[in-house]
Amino acid sequence: MSYRITTDCVNCWACEPLCPQQAVLAAKPHFTIDPARCTGCEGEFAEPQCASICPIEGAILDPTGVPVNPPGSLTGIPPSAWQQTRASIQAR
Amino acid sequence: MELKVVDSSGVREKIRNHPCFSKDAHHHYARMHVAVAPACNIQCHYCNRKYDCANESRPGVVSELLTPEQAVKKTLAVAAEIPQLSVLGIAGPGDPLANPERTFATFAALTEKAPDIRLCVSTNGLMLPPHVDELCQHNIDHVTITINCVDPTIGAQIYPWIFWEHRRIRGVKAAAILIEQQLKGLEMLAERGVLVKINSVLIPGVNDQHLAEVSRIVKDKGAFLHNIMPLIAEPEHGTFFGLMGQRSPSAEELKAVQQACANDMEIMSHCRQCRADAIGMLGQDRHDEFTLERIETLDIDHAAAMERRARVRAEIEAARAAKSQQPALVSLASLTSPKPAAEALPSVHAGQGKSAFAGASFRVAVASSDGQQIDQAFTEVEALRIYQVDNDTLRLIETRPVAVPALLPESGQDLPPVMDSGEGSAAATRVVAAMALVKDCDAVLCTRIGFGAWQQLEQASIRPLSVEAGTATKAALRQAHADWRAETEANIDATPRALSA
Ligand code: SF4
Ligand code: SF4
Ligand code: SF4
Repeated sequence: MSYRITTDCVNCWACEPLCPQQAVLAAKPHFTIDPARCTGCEGEFAEPQCASICPIEGAILDPTGVPVNPPGSLTGIPPSAWQQTRASIQAR
Repeated sequence: MELKVVDSSGVREKIRNHPCFSKDAHHHYARMHVAVAPACNIQCHYCNRKYDCANESRPGVVSELLTPEQAVKKTLAVAAEIPQLSVLGIAGPGDPLANPERTFATFAALTEKAPDIRLCVSTNGLMLPPHVDELCQHNIDHVTITINCVDPTIGAQIYPWIFWEHRRIRGVKAAAILIEQQLKGLEMLAERGVLVKINSVLIPGVNDQHLAEVSRIVKDKGAFLHNIMPLIAEPEHGTFFGLMGQRSPSAEELKAVQQACANDMEIMSHCRQCRADAIGMLGQDRHDEFTLERIETLDIDHAAAMERRARVRAEIEAARAAKSQQPALVSLASLTSPKPAAEALPSVHAGQGKSAFAGASFRVAVASSDGQQIDQAFTEVEALRIYQVDNDTLRLIETRPVAVPALLPESGQDLPPVMDSGEGSAAATRVVAAMALVKDCDAVLCTRIGFGAWQQLEQASIRPLSVEAGTATKAALRQAHADWRAETEANIDATPRALSA
C-alpha cells in the first residue's frame, strides 16, 4: 500500500531527502514513489514525511487515492473563501 | 585629537572584498552562486517552488541544479578564469539548510581546495540553530537570514506552514517557531563573530508598519546589515500573493521603509537579487559561459590559479589604497576651519535657518562608498550620505546622488573613477554638483578636499573636514559633532563676556 505522486508535482525536491525508505525517486517528468519500498512511514513517523512537506495541494495521494493535502489545506484558505480573500488582499 | 578608529570587531576587514556587502568592493570583486540546495522546509506566500527561492533571488528564475561535486568543479573552474572571484554563495534554489548534506559537502570541499575563497549562505533560518557550529567550521564569515517579521500574527499572513520535527505545522504557531529559530540563529552567529545580514521582503499592508521594529530587534541581536527588498508578486509567477492580487510596494514606499529602518544601522541599497547561479561582478551575470559541458573539458592548474588570484587581489588592494590614501593621519581639530569670532556666530547660521545652540542637531554630508567608512574625496563621490547628529542619536537621513551629466554613464552604476583632486574641469564640475547638495549641511566629511572646494565650503559656513581614508563613519560623525558642540558652547559662553567687556 503505497503513497503516490501525481502530475501536479513540480519537482521541488522537498520530499526526496526525507523518505526513510528512499522510496522517492527524482524522476522525469515528475517525481515518483517506488511502491515496493514505500511503507507509508508506518512505524517510523506519525505522518507520511513526503506528504507532510510537499508544497503542492493534490500532488500526493494516500494509498486509497485521496489527496493528503486537498485544495485549501496548504494555503489555509478553502476554495469557497478565495473570492473574499482575494478582495481583502487586493485592498492592501 | 587624532582620529584613527580601529574597528575592533573586524567587520570592515570581513566585508572589504565582498561585492554584496561593500558597495566599493562590488566594483572590484566577483561572486558566484551555486545552486546545490533544491529542497525547502517552509512556505512563503511570495514563492513558487518551480523557481528559485524568492528570499534571496529574483523570482521566476530557474537555476541549474548541481550536485556538490559539480558545484565544486564549477567553482574551481570559475575561480581559475575570473581571478577576481572572492566569494562563493549558496542561496538555493530552495533553502541551503533544508539540504544540509549537499550544502556542507560543497563547503567542505571548497574549504579544502580553495581556502582563499570565502563562503556565504542565505537561509530562511528555520534550521539555523542546529547548524551554526558546522557552518563556523568552514570559511564562512557571512550569513544572510530572511526575517520578514518578529510578530507571529503577521508571520501567519506570510508563511502558511512550516515543516518542523517531522510534521507540518500551520498558522501562527508555525510562524512563532520560525521566528524563534531565526532570532536564535542570529544570536548564535553574532556570538561567534559571524556577520549576519538580514533580508526583509516589504509586503504592503502586511509588514510595512512592522519592519522598523524588525530592524530594531535584529540590530539589537547583532545583525550588521538590514536589506529591505521589495515584494515582487506578478500574477504570472503563480505565487499565492501574485494570484491573490497582493501589490508590490512603490519606490516611495520602499524608500520610506528603508529610511525608517536606517536608524543607526546600515541599509543596503545595491542588492540586485541575483539568481541562485549568478556568476561575475554584481549586476553582471556570466553563468552562461560556464556550462557543465564546458567545465568538463577544462584542464585547470589549481595551484597556479590560486596564485593568480592572490596576485590579482594584491593589485586590486594596492589600487584601492592608492586611490584613498593622502593625508596619512590627520586630526579633525587641525583641519577644522578656524573658530569663528564670537560676534560672527549668530549670523553664520541664522541665514540658513539652522540653530547654532548646543544640543541642536548637526547635519553632515559624508563621502563614503559603503556607509561604513569614509573613503572618498569630495571630488570623487558618487553620492553623499546626509546624516543628522543630535546629542545621542545619529541618523542617516538620505543619500543624494551627485549628478554630473557629462560623466555619468546611463546606468549610473559603473562610474569611471575620478582621480583628480581639485584641478581639471571634470573635478570642477563635480565640485559644483557636490556643493549644490550640501547647502543645508553644517559640515562635509571626506578623505580629501581640494583647495578651491575648501574655500567655497568655508564661505558657505560649511565645515570641510577631512579624515584618514578608512575612518569609521559613525566614529567620525560623533567626533565631529562633539567638536562642533564644544566650540559652539565655548562661543556662546564667550558672547556675554564679549558684550559686557
Ligand atoms: S510515505 Fe513515507 S515511506 Fe512512503 S514515500 Fe512518503 S516518505 Fe517515503
Ligand atoms: S514535495 Fe511534492 S511537489 Fe515537491 S517533489 Fe515531492 S511530490 Fe513533487
Ligand atoms: S524559503 Fe525560499 S524556497 Fe522556501 S518557500 Fe520561502 S521563498 Fe520559497
